[in-house]
Amino acid sequence: MSAKKALLAAVRGFALGTFSLIGSSLLLVLTLLAAALVPLGVGTLLMPPLLGLVRRFADLRRLAAARWYGITIPLAEYDPGPAGLPAVGPARTLRLMADPAVHRDLRWLPVDMTAGFLLAMLPVALLSNAVQGIALPLGHWRVVADGADYWYLFLPVGGQADAIGAGLLGLVVLYLAFRYNDRLLAAHFTLTRAVLAPDRATLERRVAELARTRHDAVGASAAELRRIERDLHDGAQARLVAMGMSLGTIETLLDKDPAQARKLLAQARAESAEALAELRDLVRGIHPPVLAERGLGDAARALALRTPLPVEAHVDLPGRPEAAVESAVYFALSEMLTNVVKHARATRIWLELGHRDGMLRLTVTDDGHGGADPAAGTGLAGVERRLGAFDGVLAVSSPTGGPTVVTLEIPCALSSPKTSSC
Amino acid sequence: MRVVLAEDLFLLRDGLVRLLEAHGFEIAAAVDNGPGLDRALEELEPDVAVVDVRLPPSFTDEGLQCALRARRRRPGLPVLVLSQHVEQLYARELLADGSGGVGYLLKDRVMDAGQFTEAVRRVAAGGTAMDPQVISQLLQRSSGDDRPVSRLTPREREVLELMAQGRSNAAIAGRLSVTERAVAKHTANIFAKLGLEVSDDDNRRVLAVLAHLDAA
Repeated sequence: MSAKKALLAAVRGFALGTFSLIGSSLLLVLTLLAAALVPLGVGTLLMPPLLGLVRRFADLRRLAAARWYGITIPLAEYDPGPAGLPAVGPARTLRLMADPAVHRDLRWLPVDMTAGFLLAMLPVALLSNAVQGIALPLGHWRVVADGADYWYLFLPVGGQADAIGAGLLGLVVLYLAFRYNDRLLAAHFTLTRAVLAPDRATLERRVAELARTRHDAVGASAAELRRIERDLHDGAQARLVAMGMSLGTIETLLDKDPAQARKLLAQARAESAEALAELRDLVRGIHPPVLAERGLGDAARALALRTPLPVEAHVDLPGRPEAAVESAVYFALSEMLTNVVKHARATRIWLELGHRDGMLRLTVTDDGHGGADPAAGTGLAGVERRLGAFDGVLAVSSPTGGPTVVTLEIPCALSSPKTSSC
Repeated sequence: MRVVLAEDLFLLRDGLVRLLEAHGFEIAAAVDNGPGLDRALEELEPDVAVVDVRLPPSFTDEGLQCALRARRRRPGLPVLVLSQHVEQLYARELLADGSGGVGYLLKDRVMDAGQFTEAVRRVAAGGTAMDPQVISQLLQRSSGDDRPVSRLTPREREVLELMAQGRSNAAIAGRLSVTERAVAKHTANIFAKLGLEVSDDDNRRVLAVLAHLDAA
């Protein structure tokens, strides 16, 4: 309890309350106006800078909370959007309006102009009422109550006796102001934190999801390594051993039985060709060469050409996603096409691959008999797990009788296309 | 016959140089990168270029791009492209200008020196040499129930496969141990069933077949 603190809180609270009432209500009205104008297009130019102002307004409050009360309000994690997204316009506006951090900022404005304003103004109200009450028995009531009814809080003041009562009440109010002013202003910032800080449950859900997808991704890559090891061990390695043995035998047979040696030589060459073919398949399974050479767009076209069904491919990728995403999408597409060929009894496939608003979208449609169920243990479940590590999602629509549409979405940015130096 | 060779792995480049020289080719230049290949193709005017798809400095499809560019500058410049893997996409790009004189083979094929050098000569003479893997993929795709290819007899299919690889009637006859006349008869049947015009020119015939299969 300190007079200085109470006074300081009153002064700060008064300034803050005035500032927050004007700022919050102005920003709220403007944002609502701009939001109403979004369908007309003008709003998409106004929204981003306005939301930027709201963000700065909230940051000022964070600063005050930290400076005055050491209350830390966590900084909002705004979604920066993909590289190259224009600063204003429909794409940016849509992205901002979908951002939970922006939602929190906007929810905070009405709270700040009502409850926040009241809490900030209470210290100064208490203090000024106390001063008024104490001033009454000193004769002040005569000046103000000249002829009219005069009330102090809930006391009618008609004479000196009333004024002394009011003075006592004023002392009580002064005590309250000394005791609580500081806490009232602190409560303002606690309220601000409650509204502005990210919701804990959301964070916990996100952490759980990340833990699960990371676990899946690590498991998948370990399984992949085991498969590669087994393939090498049983394939190319074994063939090289066999070739070495054949060559050893040939060495001894060269003089004794040239005919037999020649036969074994042909065999050894066939073995080496087999080993090469196996290694080629293995490499394709690890990282398809066409992906390394041409990127996802052409790799998708190459996959379409490899598919034993006619595939109509529409690819529109102005740049390249990062290598890990490319690879995940390539194998997903490969799995989707294989599924169609194996299970759908389709005669045609349509493939669409594009990038919009920071999302890579792949759609594979077939005219087969439908009824595909991703939960029924097809390769699609594996594809989904693999995509999870990149926050990618897979949607399957496959009514009985077809058509089946599998859509994959994965958030990613594109780099500008590389140009060959030669 | 003067050859420009582009292959970045020393062992393979060295082996190819020796193999080609042993079979009577003259190596005009053996380079190990894309810009070097560009220069050699421009300045040395070889009879044929043997090019690895993947070359430094970018280690993407630089060799293929160089070859395609050189053919745009000098249409019909014979180019044989080698790769560790074959993609129909690349085959299509090589064949796109329709002027022949292109080859696209798996690197494995160099293990059979006779067949490989035969392919280099064929490409140099304006013919084509497509890898059996490319052709079998093409055939698989164009063999749907209602496609013309599905009406071929197994023997005709074999002949078509060899023809699409770029082989002459004589070579096909030798491969299948039949007479050249029998091959000619099969060829006539195939062209009739696919609805293609018969041409006496071997190279044009192959290109027509490839175009038909690719369009299917």
